[in-house]
Amino acid sequence: MKVNIEINGRATAEEVEDRTLLVHYIRDVVGLTGTNVGCDTTSCGACTVLLDGESVKSCTMLAAQADGHAVTTVEGLGANGELHPVQRAFREQHGLQCGFCTPGMMMASVSLLNENPKPSRDEVRAALEGNLCRCTGYHNIVSAVMDASVQEVEG
Amino acid sequence: MSLMGTRVVRIEDQKLITSGGVYVDDLREPLLNGAAHAVFVRSPLAHARILGVDASAAREAPGVVAVFTAADLDITKDDDPRMEPWLAGEKVRYVGEPVALVLTDHRYQLADAAELVDVDYDPLPAVIGFDAAINGDTLLFDGTDGNVVQRNGGPFDDATFDGCETVVTHTIVNQRVAPAPLETRGASCAWGEDGRVTAWLSTQNAQIGRGSIAAGLGVDPALVRVVAPDVGGGFGAKIGAPDEAVVLAWAAKRIGRGVRWTETRSENLTAMTHGRAQRQVITIGGRRDGTVEAFRLHVEQDLGAYARAAFLPTLTELMASGVYHFPVVETESIAVCTTTTPIGAYRGAGRPEATAAVERAMDLFAAEIGMDPAEVRRINFIRPEEFPFTTGSGANYDTGEYAAVLDKVLAAARYPELRAEQAKRRESGDVVALGIGVSTYVEITGGDASGESGRVDINPDGTVTAYTGSSPHGQGLATTLVMLLSDRLGIPMDRITLRYGDTDEVPKAVGTFGSRSLQLGGSAVAQAADQVIERARELAADLLEASPDDIELNLADGVWQVRGAAGAGTVSWSSVAERADPPLSEDVWFADGKPTFPFGAHVAVVEVDTATGKVRVRRMVAGDDAGPVVNPLTFRGQRHGGLAQGVAQALLEIMDYDEDGNPVTATLADYSFITAPELPDFELVDSETPTTRNLLGVKGIGEAATIGSTPAVQSAVVDALAHLGVRHVDMPATPQRVWQAINDAKEAV
Amino acid sequence: MIPAAFTYRRASTVDEALALLAQHGDDAKLLAGGHSLLPLMKLRFAAPEILIDMADVADLRYVRLDGDRVRIGALTRYHDLQHDGILLEHARLVAHAAGVVGDPQIRHRGTIGGSVAHADPAADVPAALLASDATLVIAGPSGSREVPIGGFFQGPFTTTLGADELLTEIVVPSKASQGWGFEKFTRRAIDWAIVGVAAVGGSVALINMAGTPIRAKAVEAALADGASIEDAAALTAEGTSPVDEAHAGAEYRKHLARVLTARALEQVAGRIPAGLA
Repeated sequence: MKVNIEINGRATAEEVEDRTLLVHYIRDVVGLTGTNVGCDTTSCGACTVLLDGESVKSCTMLAAQADGHAVTTVEGLGANGELHPVQRAFREQHGLQCGFCTPGMMMASVSLLNENPKPSRDEVRAALEGNLCRCTGYHNIVSAVMDASVQEVEG
Repeated sequence: MSLMGTRVVRIEDQKLITSGGVYVDDLREPLLNGAAHAVFVRSPLAHARILGVDASAAREAPGVVAVFTAADLDITKDDDPRMEPWLAGEKVRYVGEPVALVLTDHRYQLADAAELVDVDYDPLPAVIGFDAAINGDTLLFDGTDGNVVQRNGGPFDDATFDGCETVVTHTIVNQRVAPAPLETRGASCAWGEDGRVTAWLSTQNAQIGRGSIAAGLGVDPALVRVVAPDVGGGFGAKIGAPDEAVVLAWAAKRIGRGVRWTETRSENLTAMTHGRAQRQVITIGGRRDGTVEAFRLHVEQDLGAYARAAFLPTLTELMASGVYHFPVVETESIAVCTTTTPIGAYRGAGRPEATAAVERAMDLFAAEIGMDPAEVRRINFIRPEEFPFTTGSGANYDTGEYAAVLDKVLAAARYPELRAEQAKRRESGDVVALGIGVSTYVEITGGDASGESGRVDINPDGTVTAYTGSSPHGQGLATTLVMLLSDRLGIPMDRITLRYGDTDEVPKAVGTFGSRSLQLGGSAVAQAADQVIERARELAADLLEASPDDIELNLADGVWQVRGAAGAGTVSWSSVAERADPPLSEDVWFADGKPTFPFGAHVAVVEVDTATGKVRVRRMVAGDDAGPVVNPLTFRGQRHGGLAQGVAQALLEIMDYDEDGNPVTATLADYSFITAPELPDFELVDSETPTTRNLLGVKGIGEAATIGSTPAVQSAVVDALAHLGVRHVDMPATPQRVWQAINDAKEAV
Repeated sequence: MIPAAFTYRRASTVDEALALLAQHGDDAKLLAGGHSLLPLMKLRFAAPEILIDMADVADLRYVRLDGDRVRIGALTRYHDLQHDGILLEHARLVAHAAGVVGDPQIRHRGTIGGSVAHADPAADVPAALLASDATLVIAGPSGSREVPIGGFFQGPFTTTLGADELLTEIVVPSKASQGWGFEKFTRRAIDWAIVGVAAVGGSVALINMAGTPIRAKAVEAALADGASIEDAAALTAEGTSPVDEAHAGAEYRKHLARVLTARALEQVAGRIPAGLA
């Protein structure tokens, strides 16, 4: 089938197998490999992207379901060569180590801040329950989200 | 001003936060154009004889390039009956063991074709757990006399505990867990027209991987290039090359095409090695004044189906006595094979098991004599003036300030206030009990003592290209090493490029494991830089027409000048490098790397809902001393990650099998990987005690916090329930286990 | 993992979906948010030949007040339910239960109708609806029918929904004046309930204590007879049949159900705040 999906502001239109998962459309068809696959049970959140501005797990969506919608991936987070505040804060607070969970973690964080611009540290933890990280112990990820929301980083 | 000890944001991050890392599955290398995709067909049974494999239907499926089974392989391994085959041909010994390789044109054809490979299995009894293995009713390997593959130490002296006023013994479990790096394993292989194979591996050690692939294929290592692209975490489970990579390299040659392989998570949870998997019997004896007189550790190591990690119980024995000066230490270990996923290194690898054992023993001893657990520890510490100290189990510790770090951590935790709150809750009968767990630990880093490579080139334009044998994959080591070089050379960080993880660029190296990288890899590049400086001094002396003895490197400005004659002119690194013939390059093998012994103390504070058994971690206070800190940002990051994995093992994670050998936690929906809401903010206490054993004075920090935190949390859970008569809860302290422990204690009263 | 091949069809109205169902029968599956079905298809536990995507059926996404009842379109997402002003006033229990499903990403996709039709005994929202005496509106080839939710669930993942039918609306009586309580016991925040309790007024429904969500009838009867919370909650395990697994055995689950019911009822009574657990 043919799908039309806007990715990072750019229209894409490709012929795909009906069963194509959105994450593979993004990675293999469009060639944006920043979005990662970390599991097969909708558990890890590494594949998180924004669909019409809201976080979704792109491994648990068909490309067909995104037909006619707008997707944002890590590659589309910054604008005009400037880092998005969440990107800047992840670097400044050392909110990433190996980097594999990072694109999904940042997209989940952007979605959180859209819905709750001034979360507490506990609210950040709760909102990131669907994003696994094996490296950071989450402490600095929470700090990064606090920093991105222009709040005191520690407690 | 020196960069040492300053907070420097990572040079690695720009790419990772904008376009994402380039992991194996992301590669768009020309050699991989048109590569086939690969999947391994894996055993669904724990133990079975293979009567036949029919791949005919799979070979006819859409897009299938080839299907290979053991019968197709013309690469061999040693004749040892316990040797792990490349692909199982006669028997499978764990769920997840590879049986066949399927190659297709497109990724989406893999699972369809793999389903069509028909393997005829004749099931055999599963061997699950140490007891089933050692009774030997079912042998994993035909032609052997049992499932025991290694025995160390023992027999114990019957009189060891004679004369002790108090002796406590307990059997405890250090459960099997999954390393679960966020990136699963992956490899891509392709042969070039020059007859060389390139393998891109998600690995911690490209050079070890090259050795394995060359040996497996039976070719000269010069014909193998291994590249580690960005690696999404390893935690010990990505050391070297997996057997799958050898089979893929072989297959790529056979089909005359590149191959790409990335395992699924469900595959990863049974096919990648697991960690820990020990049962231990601890016995401790001493006087009622708190002095321990003897400690005994008996280790039963489940190695899984193949003996990849027989070194683990050996390391556990080596570190058995922890931070304590015990007059008598006795250890023994027995390692067996079972029909489960093979065990391998996992963050700490042998030392967390040692620390958990001795710390549980100290707690049990303290409870028995009615003394505060922190006080019992203090009484038995090795004192600062006793270093270097050789323990009863043969480890030679370098430096340590065990009481000092414990006192700092207790102060930060406000320990007396916590004990007061605990007493108040107990008095009021609060359903939520407070538990305070104290652990102190020492571990061994760079324990392999096999050295590391480092090379520093000063380019004619004054920039630096450095090469390290270490293999950073998330630790921030690239930033750390560039800081070290900048500091030594007086050249800004942004003019220094660090290369690693490609065997063509760094032919000789060990790589990253065992928290070795800064102390060995860092020492190697530092030593190379120092040698570059000495050569440059000679060259600068020529240029400035002065004696080398009078030439100094002005670190602030990054120029060479005559000492005491600042107005007499300077020469730049660029001028020095241009003058150099041969080029200004020093290649070093830092072999002087003796093991070091980081240490620390952790306090965990937990709340236990005694009605349901659920544990909530309220605080984690950690002091981890690994000598001078180069970059506090990444140093703390390593501790954070270690703390989380420690809490995870204590409370949540277990790789579990049913009695038939089926894994019951083989997806991330079932395996309780720790998440952000289960963790508190971490409170870190600083402590820096240098080692004398390398030129930087540093020890490793990669594993330390995992080692310290696991027993602290376990201890806190038990401490919360101590007033109810509970003395021990095995890990993970699941709600049901905690509830059961409370019930059992009630019944015992 | 990747699903087995299927044909994707998109319905833009309820009638079109019904026509596709009539045409393809058991070979077809309805796709709402896809967060129950797609994971099963990826692991190849399900392999429908036809997927009928309901995403374009925009008129099934709403929450409306209709007298003393709240009408919820079957395709309304958890995320919308959890923040909906009408639900927060008239069916706070349902809004809260929707807010503890999965994680934010799942709540951005998963729908109330998908959850009810999937009939997972460990699901949160069906039990909240059961405690709330909800009614389901089901469209079929011969028109629409209404069934009380209590008669809908037949067993794990089985309901009275016909292969040619689809769930269009959930109707919840207003509970604006009644206290409510909700307890979900998990090891990790992200997990499915080991045991859960949804209570509103004198109604109590249990999560994961049988093959379907069930009402704790003995508890309700005792409360109606004026029993104390403690005494009523002690009866929670009556008539339950929880699964017996290594990490959470049946006896432990029965114990948990009693403890959690007491806590949920304390919330109903306003003695401890609801919505924290």
